[in-house]
Amino acid sequence: MDFLNAIVALLNFVVVPATVYGSQLALGALGVTLIYGILRFSNFAHGDTMAFGAMVTILVTWAMQAAGMSFGVLPTALLALPFGILGAIALVLLTDRVVYRFYRAQKAKPVILVIVSMGVMFIYNGLIRFIIGPNDQRFADGARFIISHRDFKEMTGLREGLAIKTTQGITVIVAVLCVLALFYFLNRTKTGKSMRAYSDNEDLALLSGINPERVVMVTWIIVAALATIAGTLYGLDKSYKPFVFLQLLLPVFAAAIVGGLGNPLGAIAGGFVIAFSEVLVTYAWKKVANYVLPEALAPDGLAQLLSTDYKFAVSFVILLIVLLFRPTGLFAGKSV
Amino acid sequence: MTDSLKNTALFAIVAGLIVMTGFTESWNTALFIVNMGLISAIMAIGVNLQWGFAGLFNVGVMGFVALGGLATVLVSMDPVPEAWSAGGLQVIGGLILGALIIVAAGVAVSRLPKGRMRSLAAAAILIGGFFLYRAVFDPAVAAIEAVDPAATGYLGGLGLPVLLAWPVGGLMAAGAAWLIGKTALGLRSDYLAIATLGIAEIIIYILKNEDWLTRGVKNVNGLPRPVPYEIDLQNSAQFVERASGWGVDPVTASTIYVKLGYSVLFTVVLALVLILAQLALKSPWGRMMRAIRDNEVAAEAMGKNVTARHLQVFILGSAICGIAGAMMTTLDGQLTPSSYQPLRFTFLVWVMVIVGGSGNNFGAVLGGFLIWFLWVQVEPYGLALMNLITAGMPEGSALKTHLIDSAAHMRLLTMGVVLLLVLRFSPRGLIPEK
Repeated sequence: MDFLNAIVALLNFVVVPATVYGSQLALGALGVTLIYGILRFSNFAHGDTMAFGAMVTILVTWAMQAAGMSFGVLPTALLALPFGILGAIALVLLTDRVVYRFYRAQKAKPVILVIVSMGVMFIYNGLIRFIIGPNDQRFADGARFIISHRDFKEMTGLREGLAIKTTQGITVIVAVLCVLALFYFLNRTKTGKSMRAYSDNEDLALLSGINPERVVMVTWIIVAALATIAGTLYGLDKSYKPFVFLQLLLPVFAAAIVGGLGNPLGAIAGGFVIAFSEVLVTYAWKKVANYVLPEALAPDGLAQLLSTDYKFAVSFVILLIVLLFRPTGLFAGKSV
Repeated sequence: MTDSLKNTALFAIVAGLIVMTGFTESWNTALFIVNMGLISAIMAIGVNLQWGFAGLFNVGVMGFVALGGLATVLVSMDPVPEAWSAGGLQVIGGLILGALIIVAAGVAVSRLPKGRMRSLAAAAILIGGFFLYRAVFDPAVAAIEAVDPAATGYLGGLGLPVLLAWPVGGLMAAGAAWLIGKTALGLRSDYLAIATLGIAEIIIYILKNEDWLTRGVKNVNGLPRPVPYEIDLQNSAQFVERASGWGVDPVTASTIYVKLGYSVLFTVVLALVLILAQLALKSPWGRMMRAIRDNEVAAEAMGKNVTARHLQVFILGSAICGIAGAMMTTLDGQLTPSSYQPLRFTFLVWVMVIVGGSGNNFGAVLGGFLIWFLWVQVEPYGLALMNLITAGMPEGSALKTHLIDSAAHMRLLTMGVVLLLVLRFSPRGLIPEK
C-alpha cells in the first residue's frame, strides 16, 4: 500500500505537472525550431508572440463570456482560440511584410535578424502592455477538475490523492493533436514537404521551383498558431501575465537547442527533458521517501534538491551540458 | 558637412534636449537624466566593446550590471557581527567546499581513463558532494537569516568606502565573464546569446533568493554615499546662506547639489573609460579585434588566437558593465534585486549601441544619452499625446481612461520602433564606425 501511495504522490506532484509543462514547452519550442529551420535565425520575439496570441484569445473569451456563451465543462477559451490564432497570424504576417522581408531580400546575416527580432520583441511587448496591461489576468472557466483530490481518495481508498485539472487534461490532448497535425503536414502534404526541402537545402529547393515567399508565409502561419496555442494553454493552466512569457523564452529556447535546433522531433523531446528535470530537481521528495524508505532512513528535511525559485536555472544547466557534450543537440539539428 | 561637425551637432542636439527638460520640467529631472545617461553611456561602451569591436552577441548585460550592484553592497555596507558569528565562516566554508567538489569532479574527468567508470566516478563525486555541500551550507544560511530578519538577516559587507565598490564591481563581473566565456565562447553566436541570457537570469535569481548575501526581495537600503546627504546640507548654515545668495530655496539647492556631485564622479569615470576604449580601438589590438570580427578564418590563418581574444574582449566589456552597475546602485542608494529586468537592462543597452553606432565609442555614448532621454521622456510625452487624442472623447468613457492609463507603456513600443527604424534606414547607427 505504501508503495502505491508513493507512486500516486509521484504522479500527482511530478508526472502530471511535468507532462503538462513539457507539452507547453514543446509547442513553444516547435515554433522556435521551425523559424530557425526555415528563416534561419533565433526569434527572440517568440515569447511575446505567444503572449500576443494568448491575449487576443483572452479578449475574445471575455467577449464571449459577456455575451453569455460557454463551452459547457470545457473552458470558453477553447472556443476563442481560433480567433486568437487568427490575430497572431495577422500580426506575424504583418511583421514579416514590414520588417523581416527587407532583411531576407538583402540576405542579411542571421545575427542581424536576431537583433531585428529584439526590436520586434520590444514592439510586441509594448503592444501587449498597451492593450491588456501588465497585470495578472484570469480567464479560465468550466469545470475545474477531471478528477479531484478527494474523489480519487474515495475511489481508491489510498491516503494520497491524485488531482488532474481540466486545463491539464486539455493541455496534453491539444498538444498531442497539434503535434500529430504538424507532423502529418510536414511529412505528407506537398507544402510541408517543400518546407522541409527548403530547410534542408535552400538553393536546391529554389532550383526545384519552390516559391520561397510561400514557404516563409506558411511557416509564419504555423508558428503563430503553435505560439498562440502554447501561450493560451500556459495561461489557462497557470495564469496569464505578459511578463512571464519573456521568462519562458529561456526554457523554450533551451528545449529547442537541447533537442537540436531546426529539428521538430527534437523540440518535443527537448521540451519534456527540460520540464521533467525542472520538476524533478525542485520537487520536495520527503513525501515519496517517507512511503518508500524504512522509517530509519526517512529524511529530516524536505529532501528538495533546489528551491523552486531556481527552476529556470535547471533548464539552463541542462542546456550547457548538452551544448558542451553534444553541440548539435540530442537529435541532430542544424549547426550553422 | 564634415563628420566631426555632424557629430558635434548630434551631441549638441541631445544636450539641448536635456537642457530643455531642465527649463520645461525641472532641473532635478534633467540632472537625473544626465546621471543615468552617463551610466548608460558606460554600459553602452562595454557592449560596444563586445559587439562593435569583436562581434560577440552578449545578451546578459543585466547579469553583469546586477553583479556590480552586489559589489556595492558587499564593499560598502557595515558587517553584521551577529550574523558572522552565527554562521559566516561556515557559509564561506560551504562555498569553498562546493568549489572544491566541482574541481574534484573536473580532476576525475581529466585523470581517469575514458569509459563508463569515469562518468560514474564524476557523477558520484558531484552527487555525493552536493549533499555534503548542502549539509554544511544550509544550517549556516538558516542561522544567518534568523539574525534580526527585519533589519539585517544577512552578512553585510566590509564597511569600506563606497567608491571602492566600482572597481570591485568590475572585477566581479570580469570573474563571472571569465567563467561564462570559458564555457560558451567556443559555441556559435546564437548559443552564446542564449547562454548569456540564461546566466543573467540565474544571477538575478541568486540575488533574489540568497537572503544571507543580499537580503533577497527585502532589499538592502541605505547604502553609503560618496556625496553628502541633502538633509545635512539643509542643516548647514553655510550652505543655506549660499543657496539664498543664488536665489534658490535650500531644499531644491541641496538636491541639485547632490546630483551634481554624482554627475562629476560619473563624468570622470566615463571620461576614463572612453579614453581607454578609444586608445584600444586605435591600437594594433583594436585593429586585430576588428580583423577577427570581419573574418575569423582569415585572422586565424594569420596566427591570431581567436578564442583567446574573444575571451579577453568579453571579460573587458563585461567588467565595464559591472562598473556601471555598481555606479547605478550607488546612485540609487539601495539594491533592489526585483528591479532587474532584461528589457530594461539588457535589451535597452543594445538599442543604445545599435542606434548610436556599433563599433564607434562616441556613437555608444551618444546612444546612451539619447535612448535614456527617450526612455524617461516618452512617458510624459505619451501622456500628453494621449490627452490630445482623447480630448474629443466624452469624459469618463472606458476607452479614454484605458488610453490614458496605458500611456506609461508607450516607452517599450517607442524603443522597438526606434531600433527597427535605425536598423532599416541607417544600419550603421547615428555615428557610424570609421
